[in-house]
This record gives sequence, C-alpha cells and structure tokens, in this order.
Amino acid sequence: MLALNNYLILSAVIFSIGTIGVLVRRNAIVVFMCVELMLNAVNLTFIAFSKYLGNIDGQIFVFFVMTVAAAEAAVGLALMIAFYNNRESIDVEDINLMKL
Amino acid sequence: MFEYVWLIPLFPLVGVVINGLFGKSIKNEKVIGGIASLAVFCSFMVSCGILFQLLSLPGEERVFEKTIFTWMQVGQFKADIGFLIDPLSAMMLMVVTGVGFLIHLYSIGYMHGEEGFYRYFTYLNLFTFSMLLLVSGNNLMLMFVGWEGVGLCSYLLIGYYFHKKSACDAGKKAFVMNRIGDFGFLLGVFTLFWYLGGTHNVWTINFRELAANANLLPVGGVVTAITLFFFLGATGKSAQIPLYTWLPDAMEGPTPVSALIHAATMVTAGVYMIARMNFMFIKSPTTLLVIACVGAATALFAATIGTAQNDIKRVLAYSTVSQLGYMFLAMGVGAFGAGVFHLMTHAFFKACLFLGSGSVIHAMHHALHHDHSEADPQDMRNMGGLRKKMPVTFWTFLIATIAIAGIPGFAGFFSKDEILWQAFSNPHHGSANILLWSAGAIAAGLTAFYMFRLVFMTFFGETRLTAKGFGALHESPFVIIFPLMVLAALSAVGGWIGVPPVIGHLLGGFPNYFEGFMEPVFAYSTEYMKSAGLAGEHQSIAMEWGLMGVSVLIACGGIALAWALYIVAPAAPASFVARFPVLHRAVYNKWYVDEIYDFMIVNPFKAFSNFLWKGFDVVIVDGIVNGVAKVVMGFSGVLRHVQTGFVHNYAFTMVLGVVVIVSVYLFR
Repeated sequence: MLALNNYLILSAVIFSIGTIGVLVRRNAIVVFMCVELMLNAVNLTFIAFSKYLGNIDGQIFVFFVMTVAAAEAAVGLALMIAFYNNRESIDVEDINLMKL
Repeated sequence: MFEYVWLIPLFPLVGVVINGLFGKSIKNEKVIGGIASLAVFCSFMVSCGILFQLLSLPGEERVFEKTIFTWMQVGQFKADIGFLIDPLSAMMLMVVTGVGFLIHLYSIGYMHGEEGFYRYFTYLNLFTFSMLLLVSGNNLMLMFVGWEGVGLCSYLLIGYYFHKKSACDAGKKAFVMNRIGDFGFLLGVFTLFWYLGGTHNVWTINFRELAANANLLPVGGVVTAITLFFFLGATGKSAQIPLYTWLPDAMEGPTPVSALIHAATMVTAGVYMIARMNFMFIKSPTTLLVIACVGAATALFAATIGTAQNDIKRVLAYSTVSQLGYMFLAMGVGAFGAGVFHLMTHAFFKACLFLGSGSVIHAMHHALHHDHSEADPQDMRNMGGLRKKMPVTFWTFLIATIAIAGIPGFAGFFSKDEILWQAFSNPHHGSANILLWSAGAIAAGLTAFYMFRLVFMTFFGETRLTAKGFGALHESPFVIIFPLMVLAALSAVGGWIGVPPVIGHLLGGFPNYFEGFMEPVFAYSTEYMKSAGLAGEHQSIAMEWGLMGVSVLIACGGIALAWALYIVAPAAPASFVARFPVLHRAVYNKWYVDEIYDFMIVNPFKAFSNFLWKGFDVVIVDGIVNGVAKVVMGFSGVLRHVQTGFVHNYAFTMVLGVVVIVSVYLFR
C-alpha cells in the first residue's frame, strides 16, 4: 500500500494542472473541465485522508463535492449555451460586458 | 343615566364609521343624512337624560365621573379615557348635541345635490364626536384630543370645496393659526403638570383632582405663566386678537359649517376651557386683566369691521368674533357664569343667523342662476326686499337679530347685560373697569347697527334683482326652515333662565336658574374671592338699572342709525363714504390687519424659508450630500480599473488570494 504522501503529491499535481488550465485556457468548456479537475483533486485528498485516519467523514464530503460539481456542470453548461446563442462564441475573453 | 355618558360621543363616531366607510356606495342622500342626524339625535337624547338626572340631585352632588379605562401611563403621568359630568359639561353637551342636531337636519336640505355629500356628513359627525369629547373629557389630555379633533374637522370643512383655491388657503390659514394656539395649550398643560408634580408631588391632569388641589397654586407667579399659555390656546381656537383673522376667512366653508363650527360650538371651546379651569384663572390678576382687555378690544375691533362688510357671511363672522370677545371679557372680569351664559344664548341666535343667511344665499343662488347673472349670491348689495318672498326666513332672522342686538326680553339682552354689568362692577380691575364697560357698550351699539344694516339691506327696501329673478325667489324647504324656527324660539325665550336679580326682584322673585345651576362649578372661585377680600363693594341697584338703560339706549341708537341710513335715506352711506374715503377704506379692508400680518410675519417668514431653502438646503445640506458622493466617485474612479471584465484576471486574482491566505497559515 502506498504511503499517504504519494496520494497528496498526485492530488497537488492534478490541482495545479487544473488551476493553470483555468488561468490560461480561453475555451470556456476547457476552463470548465479544469475546474472539475481541481474538484476531483480535492476529492482525492479527502479520500486519502479518510483512509489514513480511519474516519468516514472525508468520504461523505466527497459526495457533497460531487453533487455540487454536478449542479455546477448543469448550470454552467446552460450558461454556455445561452452565451453561445448570443455571441456565437464560448471564448472567455468575449465575456466582457462588465468591463468599463 | 350617568353610567351611559360614554354613549354620547360614541353615537357620532358610529356615524363617522358608517358614512366614512360605506357612504360612497350608499349614494342615497336621505340615508346618509339620516344616519348622521340620527346619531347626533341619539346623543341629544342621552344628554337630555343626563341633564334631567343632574337637575333632580341637590346642588352639591351634581358631579359625576366615569372612567372607562386608563389610556396611557408613563411614570407619574396618567391619562384616562373618562368623562366628567357637572352642570358646565351638561350645559355644553346640550348645546353641542341640540344645536348640532338642528344643523345636521338643515344640512340635509342645504347640501342637497352637492358632490361629496357623504364626505360632508362624515366630517360633520367627526366634528360632533370631537367636540363632545372636548366638553365631556375628565382630564386635560382628553380635552386636548377633542381640541385637536375639532381643529382638524374645521380645516377639512373649510376646505370642503377644495377645488377653489381660496377655500384651500382659508383652511390652511385656520389650521396654522390654530396650531399657534395649540402650542400654547400644550405648554400650559406641561407647565401645570410639571409645577404641581415637581413642587407639591401632585401628579395629575384630572380636572377634579386639579380643582381639589387648587389651594396649592400660588397667586400670580407660575400660575400667571400657566394661565397665559392656556389663554394663548384660547385665542387661537376662539378667534381673539391677535389670532382672529382665520375666522372671517373660514366662511369659505359651507354655511351650516359656519353655523355649527365657526359660531355655535367650536369657537366657544376656549371659553369653555377657561370656565373649566376657573379655579386657576381666578388666581392670576395679571391673566384676568389680559383676558379682559383682549376680550373687550376684540369685541370693539371686530364690531367696527362688521359695519362695512358687504358679504352677508362676513358680517356674521365679524359679529361672531365680536361676541366671543364679550365672552372673554366676562371671563376676564371673573364673571364665569355670565360668560358661559352668553356662550349658550350666542349659540342659539348666531346659529339661527348663520342658518338664515344660508337660506338667503340658497334662494339668491337660485334666483341669480335664473337671471343668468354671474353676481355673488352672498353680496348684500344684490339683495333687498327678500321679506316678501321668504317670510319664515325673515321673521326668524329678525328675532335672532333682535336677540343679538340686546333688546330687552330676548336672549342676548340678559347675557350681554350681565357681562356689561360685571365688567363695570367687578372687584378685579379697579379703574380699568370703566374702560372695559365703555368698550363693551360701544361694541353693543355697533352690533345693533351692523346687524340691522344687514337685515335692512337684505330683507327691506326694493329688490336689486330683475323682475324675473325676483319672481324665481322662493322660501326654502321645510327641512331648512324647521331648524330656523326652533332656534328663533330659543333666541327669543332662552334668556329667561338667566334673569338678573334686579329684574327678577321686580317680577316677584323670579330666580336666576342658570346662575344657580352653574354655581357648584365656580364655587372655588367664589370662595377664593371672598377669602381674598375681593367680594367687591356693594353697587347700588339704581346704578345697575342706569347702566342697563344706557346699554339698551345705545342698542336702540344703533338700530335707529341703521334705519336712518339704509331705509330712510339710502343715499346717505354713499355720501358718508365719499366724505371719509380713508376711514371707509380702512374699515372695509379690515383695518389692513391681514396685510400687516403678511408684512410683519408671513412675508419675513417666507423670506426666511426661502433663505433656508436656497441658502441652507441647496448649498449646505445638498452640498454635503453631493460632496460625499463626489468623493466616493473619485475613489471608485481609480479603483474601478481593477475590474477589467476579463474572466482570467478574476480567476487569477482568486488563485493569488488563496495562495496568500494559505501561505499566511503555513508560514506563520
């Protein structure tokens, strides 16, 4: 069985990939997938600690995160479609109506 | 019967609720007017019951207090919803409900076809409710509620024809001038409560408790301040100098309103208030002198203005101011009973006069309409010869005029003569007495003159209408002339309950019922005057007869002058005007008092308000508010560049923030 730190390192790597993706990618769908990546990296950490500490709480938390992620995907995709209908683009650079 | 005193104000209140909420959908004028009149009639019946029960008791037991519940209690301050029955309030209840009922009845005929018929009767009932509360409340706070209530109704009814600017202005004027008086009333209540409580640990505003503790009040000093505050309240409500100018303008309201509110009841509230607290006023010689002087001055001053007015209602309005002056003169010379007696007789004949003028205006309106004339139906110069067409109105009006002029045998004679005699013989004002009496006597002559001038111009002589218009004149319907007949009867014989002793003696010991009935109310003042050595030296009976003869002669002189000027030589007034144009213009324009007030108070106040508006509000207040907004805008103008509108920037900032927070935790 692998030690706890292996899981945490993997989780940190995935989280960082997700973060960088959110910051640099312009396609909203990809940004969205990167957010999912970050959430799942966190899920991995929860599970790892839950196993390590012998405590079920972390696993319950994962369920919540998954639920929220599912809801977020539903709302987010609906927003994408609405935005696409207006602008014919899902480039985040084009979401700039709030600018001065 | 005493137990049911709370029903008296309740009936009109029920009328207010019914007509106020459902009047608009009832629509039927007879039902609306019937409900309102019935409510006041029920109150009248209860008042009668209370009066008869009061009369069946011996003099010293004629007082009853009924507390319904405690209205408010804050610290030592306690005010009840409670009623006080004694001869004074019983008399006021009778006048308010009796005259009030007749005027309600009259209004059904007079207001026929007016827009907002239900609104009129709602206000009229609300007024009756407030007035009944004022005269039957057992403490100062409840009296003040009634005091404010009648002021409000007065404002609403003066401005009844609110589409006319003059009516709206008159309403506002009445309201503002009354506020000045109300401010005095409140200060009086506060000072009295604070003084009795703070100095003697007697915390009360209940009339009976105040009267029982009257011995604690010093002579003069703080009592002078308190009573002068209360008197300021009375000058506002009862239209005395300097706050009288609202009453003539109040004639913009419907005529029955002028009769009920601005002649018979509301304006006498100040007199009632002083009579109710006579135990306090008697203790301040200064206040008494002020009241007597203001009363005498008002009586004389308003009477002079009355001689030159051409609007029938304005003459009556100045007459009311003048007669109220008489009542205050009586209060000021310590003759509380005489003042209250004049209040009652005045309610009869002045209500009759106003209702009679309403009947005339009603007919004139119709006739002028028939003539296709735009002339003013209230202007006496358009009238003349009406007695042939309106006999009932004429006779009732004439009786009331004789009563107000003070011809022996009629109601006004007894009360006015009593006041004049007391003004002459009272022990309070020493050498000023002769001045007070002279002012009153001259005013009596002027009263007789302008009232008969009114009668002669209106009912006698040749008509100034066209033949067609004159033919269209007709007597008013029964519902209008019935109240006139009742009130005329009361004006004729109402005075006999207060026959002065000299005449009573002549008639074989005919007693002064009114004085005897009122005696318990003013017992403290009488006792106080005896103990203070103010019993007054004995005046000879010959003197009393002499003065009575003089005042009757003056009244007859006034009538004869009016006869000479307006019947015998109708051209004489015009030549008089031509000879003294300045004098006539000054009197005709009411001695320019309104203009002086405008110049001295209203316009400076407006200028000051304008300064506050343009100088203070716009520059300073708005400046501060706008300045704060500008500073915020300046800062945000810099800060808003942070908001780029690029999602990446926001996300980057968030990540950066998380990194910073986490690092703070990690490397602390």
